[in-house]
Amino acid sequence: MCGYKNVTTSALGGNEMLDISAWFNDLLAGNLIFTPTTLGYYWEGLVTTTQLVFLSLIAGLVLAVPLAIMRSSKHKWISLPIYFYTYVFRGTPLLIQLYIIYYGVVFIDGIQETFLWPLLREAFYPALLAFTLNTAAYTTEIFRGAIKTTSKGEIEAARAYGMSDSLMMRRIILPSAFRRALPAYGNEVIFMLHASAIASVVTLMDLTGAARFVYARFYAPFEAFLFVAAIYLCLTFAILYFFRFLEKKLLAHLRPQTN
Amino acid sequence: MKKLLTVSVLGLAIAAASSAQARNYDHVRIGVDVPYEPMEYRTADGELTGFDIDLGNALCDQIGITCEWIEQEWDGIIPGLMSRNYDAIMSSMTINDERRQQVLFSAPYITMPSAWFAPSSFDITEANEETLAGKTIGVQRGTLQDNYVTDNFNSVASISRYSTADDMVLDMQAQRLDIVFLDFPIGQSTLLNNDDTEYVVIGERISEPKEYFGDGFGIAFRQRDEALAEKFNEALAELKDDGTYDEIFERYFGEE
Amino acid sequence: MLDLQGYGPRLIEGAGVTLQLAVLSLILAIVLGLLTATAKMSRNWLLHRTATVYTTVIRGVPDLVLMMLLFFGGQIGVNAISDMLYDNYNIDIYINFNAFAAGVITIGFIFGAYMGETFRGAFMAVDNGQIEAGKAYGMSSALVFRRIRFPQMMRHALPGLSNNWMVLLKTTALVSVIGLTDMVRVAAEASRATHEPFVFLLPVAAVYLLIASVSEWIFVRLQKRYDIGFGGQ
Repeated sequence: MCGYKNVTTSALGGNEMLDISAWFNDLLAGNLIFTPTTLGYYWEGLVTTTQLVFLSLIAGLVLAVPLAIMRSSKHKWISLPIYFYTYVFRGTPLLIQLYIIYYGVVFIDGIQETFLWPLLREAFYPALLAFTLNTAAYTTEIFRGAIKTTSKGEIEAARAYGMSDSLMMRRIILPSAFRRALPAYGNEVIFMLHASAIASVVTLMDLTGAARFVYARFYAPFEAFLFVAAIYLCLTFAILYFFRFLEKKLLAHLRPQTN
Repeated sequence: MKKLLTVSVLGLAIAAASSAQARNYDHVRIGVDVPYEPMEYRTADGELTGFDIDLGNALCDQIGITCEWIEQEWDGIIPGLMSRNYDAIMSSMTINDERRQQVLFSAPYITMPSAWFAPSSFDITEANEETLAGKTIGVQRGTLQDNYVTDNFNSVASISRYSTADDMVLDMQAQRLDIVFLDFPIGQSTLLNNDDTEYVVIGERISEPKEYFGDGFGIAFRQRDEALAEKFNEALAELKDDGTYDEIFERYFGEE
Repeated sequence: MLDLQGYGPRLIEGAGVTLQLAVLSLILAIVLGLLTATAKMSRNWLLHRTATVYTTVIRGVPDLVLMMLLFFGGQIGVNAISDMLYDNYNIDIYINFNAFAAGVITIGFIFGAYMGETFRGAFMAVDNGQIEAGKAYGMSSALVFRRIRFPQMMRHALPGLSNNWMVLLKTTALVSVIGLTDMVRVAAEASRATHEPFVFLLPVAAVYLLIASVSEWIFVRLQKRYDIGFGGQ
């Protein structure tokens, strides 16, 4: 599966284009399940999954930074509500959160008349909202852990320079916490990719939705789900290697020196 | 230690996959997707009822066997038959060529057209590529309506697929869907009966082309259970002769 | 008081299904995890490879997809075997692959991979000197496993185990999608029928939190027990 991409890209030279489409048609000839149409569904699914996961991760990240700072606050009245939020969202299944948001918004009186309805009407936005709140909760805790383990020396050095709390947070604590959070955050990204499979439950045609469609139409569970599993596996590896690469770049200073 | 683990895993697997037994058709288990009013649904006190249920029970009585109804969601209903979770499917299943490759059908026992249902505010008289452009269509996943809508409207409209007809009706009420495509009697009983003015049927009832809409509803069996299918066919003919079939039909659809 | 509109008993039944499913899958996952960890540390090339492929593939694919594959595909696989028996040997059996068993096997199989990683790390963390000391006392390797490796491994494995359990618990909610009547399914069904999603979904969420909190407490106690003699690290 993963190798398939290489085949096409390496062969994409000038008039060889024709050969590829011929090869592609040969490959599909006599195959009742993987027709260009069903592959189109898988492609649409890939686009939907990518959009959902990418957007929710970005939004979750943006939310998580201030939340993590608040969660690390010495004042209980600031940190406790955030703790409550992360505890609830990390302690309950995402599926329930999705149901509550998807079915819940509909029964708020008069919601259909508000400007929000065109968004909430689509399954995409309630799902995006649920995913964002979920990943923000996990990411907040990851960052909090990283902020907590900032070395005393760094903080003392910053204080000795006369930095204010906010400047220290911006210049010293956050940058080093981000780096330390990287491996755990990489896991969270993979987790989100996998969790997004439940989007098909609220009618979204994501990758899993496409597989369910193919399964229901052709009664072919092995073909439908093995194919989509292979796509997820490729995506997972891509994320994994991307974060390994980032770690290598950003965490170089933490590795034992060789010379 | 390893041996112990292997044995316990095997034990668990066997316990789980359990109850291997010889097949005996004194007792037939029938798979059904509930609710699908008025074909199969539960009354307020939880009793399973509907046209399929009454006819199925009458058929079993006629053959002289006992029946048990097993609930199964639609998109897993054929695999469930294959894996012997039940021995037959009687669940408003349309006979068509795609399914014939998988299962053995009885003779059709009823013919049902499909129809478009929409809120009365959706001001169109016919469902076609123009009127449905940019709209959201609801169908139940893996049904012939799904196939029809997918093949004909996928390029112009967006299609929402649901596991159950219930989910779909809910999203229709929530105004998430502009229009749904359903077996006519199902839409009639779930959407039109609540409030006669809120939802309307758009256009004619549809039962062509046969490629999609098939040859009526049939009872599905595993390919090799020809003898069982034959018994049901004989019983069906007998019930049609002695008037039982008409009686059940009138119970749910009135006189037509 | 909370008005569950007659769905109360079914919700409680569903909670029972969730809990049984979670506990049985956990047991299967631990057994598979121990096997996987052993296989991964084994010098046998084939065992090692098989275990690696198992943990990599399982951890690279969404739970829901695996569940559908094993649940829907597994049934057909089982069916193919019994068809083969019938066609070739005229043995007519049917194997009933019920939804609950399929759920346990699927979740157990998925989390076996995660447990395998947890246990492997924990076994590696046990000081080799301890094992050698045990051998020097003339203990058999089974005895060394029982008295030395297992208890010490558990100390290192508990945090990972606890984490896996929390994730597993939440994963059980997915069985509602493949048709098993756990508490999530009952709640979703009830909220559709009554148009009151909050009345049913919020209490179910609270039950998950409750189970999570109770298990957290149990794990803290367990950790204390296995930490005895290590100065409460």
